[in-house]
Amino acid sequence: MTLLETERVAVSALRRGALPRRRGPGLAGYLFVAGYAVLLLAFGVFPTGYSFYLALTNDQGRFTGLNQFVKVAQDYRFVPAFTHMLVYLVMWLVVLVVLVVLVAVVLRSRVRPGTSALFRFLYYIPGALAGVASVLVWLFMLDPDVSPVSWLLNSMGMHSFAAVLAPGNLPLILMLIAFWTGAGGWMVVMYGALNNIPDEVLEAARMDGAGPWRTAWHIQIPMIRQWIVYMTIMAFATGTQLFVEPQLLQTASLGRVSPTWSPNQLAYVYAFQQGDFNGSAAISVFLLALGLIAAGLLVARSNLFTLDEK
Amino acid sequence: MRSSGSPRADRRRTAIRTAAAALSLATAAVLAGCASADTSTDSSSSSGTEFKPAAQKDGSKITVWADSTRLPSVQAYQKSHPDVPMEIVTYDGGADGSTYLQTKVQLFDRTGSGWPDVVFGSPTDMTWASEPTKPGAQPFAAPLDDKLVPKSTLDGFAKGSLAPCQFNGHTYCVRNDIAQVVLWYNKSLMDKWGYEVPATWEQYEALGKRIAKEHPGYLVGSVGDTNSHESYFWSGQCPAFELVKPDTLRSDLKDEKCVRMATLLDGLISAKAVTTKGFFSQGFAKDSGGKVAMAYGPSWYGQYLFKSAFKTPAKQIAVAPPLTWEGETTAATGNVGGGVWMVSSHSANLKASTDLATWLTTSDENQASAPTYPAYTKAARAWLANPVNSDYFANDVSEPFQKAADQVWTGWSNTRFSDATAWSSVVLPALTSGKSLVATLPAWQEEISNQAKAEGYQVTGE
Repeated sequence: MTLLETERVAVSALRRGALPRRRGPGLAGYLFVAGYAVLLLAFGVFPTGYSFYLALTNDQGRFTGLNQFVKVAQDYRFVPAFTHMLVYLVMWLVVLVVLVVLVAVVLRSRVRPGTSALFRFLYYIPGALAGVASVLVWLFMLDPDVSPVSWLLNSMGMHSFAAVLAPGNLPLILMLIAFWTGAGGWMVVMYGALNNIPDEVLEAARMDGAGPWRTAWHIQIPMIRQWIVYMTIMAFATGTQLFVEPQLLQTASLGRVSPTWSPNQLAYVYAFQQGDFNGSAAISVFLLALGLIAAGLLVARSNLFTLDEK
Repeated sequence: MRSSGSPRADRRRTAIRTAAAALSLATAAVLAGCASADTSTDSSSSSGTEFKPAAQKDGSKITVWADSTRLPSVQAYQKSHPDVPMEIVTYDGGADGSTYLQTKVQLFDRTGSGWPDVVFGSPTDMTWASEPTKPGAQPFAAPLDDKLVPKSTLDGFAKGSLAPCQFNGHTYCVRNDIAQVVLWYNKSLMDKWGYEVPATWEQYEALGKRIAKEHPGYLVGSVGDTNSHESYFWSGQCPAFELVKPDTLRSDLKDEKCVRMATLLDGLISAKAVTTKGFFSQGFAKDSGGKVAMAYGPSWYGQYLFKSAFKTPAKQIAVAPPLTWEGETTAATGNVGGGVWMVSSHSANLKASTDLATWLTTSDENQASAPTYPAYTKAARAWLANPVNSDYFANDVSEPFQKAADQVWTGWSNTRFSDATAWSSVVLPALTSGKSLVATLPAWQEEISNQAKAEGYQVTGE
């Protein structure tokens, strides 16, 4: 109840006008945000609005209500594409959260600072590669004919690139690629978040007899919870936009991967092969809704945007 | 903190309930009586619209898109016609079911500019290029029979080779090359082992099993490439992609002709005489390129598979006419690719564009030394007479090539979707995981029919 009470107090204080008025922000503030705001409107808000317009009309510009959504949801590729994406997302988010937090905690409290810095740098390197380049690296890694770890692939019974790319393996492969490129950066961020925890708190825990794992579980992780939620939201958003990786695998495997493996690819096929930009927009609105719902739930459950009362 | 009785939570719940009610009301209202979400492109017939050329400007620059294989031909034209201003762009040419050209034209149609003038494409491209991509748009390909290319020229192409270009009574492209399927064999190996070259599918099957037994590791074919189904199932006259009407597709993989081909291949696959790895897959040439005793595939296998990829020495590889089934007299064969040239209906210099497309496809000057078998009959004779095209082989390829060129089965149509997608994304992974072809036929059929329905076809034969 503490939270509710502070809020009520704050509201009544505002009503009474008891708080000293802050000085007006002035023109400079608006100028500083203007550049970003204009770009956001032009390349973020306007396209979103346009896709809503497209999703609610047909190719002659007539209003169709929700028919576009119904149409794409009944497409035979719709359910498989979203299933693929969700399986991939669950695997990726679980692995990302568990491993990133674990590694950050270990690097922060169980490793000497010099070694820790070296490891953080090493983990970060793959993240410096652009998305396409990292997929190309993995194409080599996964092809038993050229892979440096072909013995490992062979020992798992996969003797050809085609066998590696069996449909059941794809979520795992894409998860590996995403983790390899994305996790390093988040480890650095989590490490920074752990650094923010005052030493006195950790010392107090130690004096109360908490071992390193107890400290991690009961002190450190709860104190960086908002960072973990933030990471999850960002990872969820990038995960739903999965496109480059399956698309490149599709080309490199000479078509052995479905060209509509992920919803984004399906939207692409709709727009550029079937010439149906309206259906394509409807799929992207589905993705937007999914991302917003997930982000909304996480934000609401974690008080991410609640400022600390100091 | 989360006490359920707090007034705030109550208020929020009421708000949510109200919103949900409003939303469902709005949904019901919105769903009732709205325009259809279907695209109007496929229903509106393009036959009624007449071809209106863009404003012509003599001597204006023409942009040419070609694949890397045909690039030298276009460059040769530029060299011999220095007065024609040209810009040459290389792109994938629609190989392996790529839809790059279609993607770009969709965008050009939306922006209203940017179209290339002359384009090399695949026969599949013609299914969309002959239709408007959206209401009010002009089909990308110009009808060449409409005062652009004389009828006498169009009549000179090999029998049926212009079929993929023909829609609504017009011819929208000229065929560059045909890729008639023939039987390839390594003559040196066959002579050494004392085997007779098969003439029927039954003999092919028997010999395949014998080779696998007597010379383990040697292969008589592959089903693992994106186009292997065109070599085997098209040749086998399997009705997988048969357009009975412009918008009605017959796809019946339960047909006896499909099952008999699948059974034959299953037998050869389990005997390890036919591989499920693609001839063109990574590492195949290095590992097994020298172990291919026979292959069933298109006329370009000679130059591109045996000579360039496998690096088989000259005078070893020979060609035999397409196989027949015992008891059947009419031979039929497949076709794997074979490009077309189309001229953009938006071109501001139709004269130069048409001249280029005609020169590329019909002139002996270009075709005699072309990399693939010309579709224009007269040019094909010049091509066969050119020693460069026949020196590599161990026998005379003219007869089997010419025979096969007229035997391409016409029951396998080009559709608005590539026939390679279902084969490579559904059948090939199943074969790799060890399933048999016969057991995969239903899944293949389902994917074809789903794809066809998504593209607006009616599907029969299921």
